[in-house]
Amino acid sequence: MTQVLAAGRELSIAAAGDRPSDQLWMNAKDLQEVSGWALEPEGLCKDDACIPLAPGLLDKLVDGEQIEVSGLWTALDRPILHDADHATWMLGEAAADRSRQLASLVAPDFSLPDIDGKLHSLSDYRGKKVLIASWASW
Amino acid sequence: MDLPVWQKLYEELQDQNFVIIAVAMDSRGVSAVRGPITKAKTTYVSLIDRDHVVSELYNMVNVPQAVWVDETGHIVRPTEVSGFAMSLSLSKIRKTREIYFDAIRDWVENGDQSHFVFSDADARAHLPAFTEDIALAHANFHLGQHLWNAGNRHEGERFLRRATELNPDSWNFFRQMKNLKHVLGSGGPEFMNRARKHSKAGKEYYPLPDMAEMEAVKS
Repeated sequence: MTQVLAAGRELSIAAAGDRPSDQLWMNAKDLQEVSGWALEPEGLCKDDACIPLAPGLLDKLVDGEQIEVSGLWTALDRPILHDADHATWMLGEAAADRSRQLASLVAPDFSLPDIDGKLHSLSDYRGKKVLIASWASW
Repeated sequence: MDLPVWQKLYEELQDQNFVIIAVAMDSRGVSAVRGPITKAKTTYVSLIDRDHVVSELYNMVNVPQAVWVDETGHIVRPTEVSGFAMSLSLSKIRKTREIYFDAIRDWVENGDQSHFVFSDADARAHLPAFTEDIALAHANFHLGQHLWNAGNRHEGERFLRRATELNPDSWNFFRQMKNLKHVLGSGGPEFMNRARKHSKAGKEYYPLPDMAEMEAVKS
């Protein structure tokens, strides 16, 4: 199995046996599930934003249902990291996307558990003023 | 500890359409925070962020920091230190907190008429810059803490260390890394050394929020 991480999410996918180990082949559904990004006719899209892809880029990166995500992330200048065994990959977000999101002043949503494991999202509290306050035990 | 003072503020303001969402940046997970949360008997929302996702979304670098979000989900004060001072003077620490808490009270009472609410232009001007190094640092941190927690400590530490190098301003990355290695490791000589360098570079560990009232605690 190959472990694919994105901020706060992770997914195990079957390792693609005969592919070079420095490539990360995933199907589009898995990519969207873990990263939120989907391949659309307009490009790579998440929420309302689409990044157009250079003509021909996908020719080398798509094989049937499978996408070579390492090449795609690198071509789009997004951070992508893996451990020495290529068993765990991390798909990062681009600084420009984070900056744009913050500059919109729309508070980015998140879902996190309380100590009983119940998930709460920021958006559950729409209609109230919210103080998001960070702390740590350390 | 911040939780009991927030609890007091929350009890005072909870009937005025106000909520606190406290987010624990703790890669050790629920076992690290259950004690303090239970002890403070918090009734506001108290969440656990093992992977420091909220730090990335809101470009946070230290604790405690806070963001004000209005009823429509609009950021009216972006990430800033939530009224906490690094000082040997207890009265200065109390005063800094009281000014910040009074600002929250004013916001809860007066909404967008509060003079502590930034205009959109001012809110944008107060956003800390999200650089490519910071984005790469978060990716390294996520991978590092995952590998560490999965038992691959050697490689995990390498990525965590890289995160601290890519974003030297992040105390969260540095102190979390030290805490994963040793539960009491977030202070100590390496921390003091780093804090001294930071200060020599003219940076403050806890910059005061941009409020005219904070002038009273400067000097």
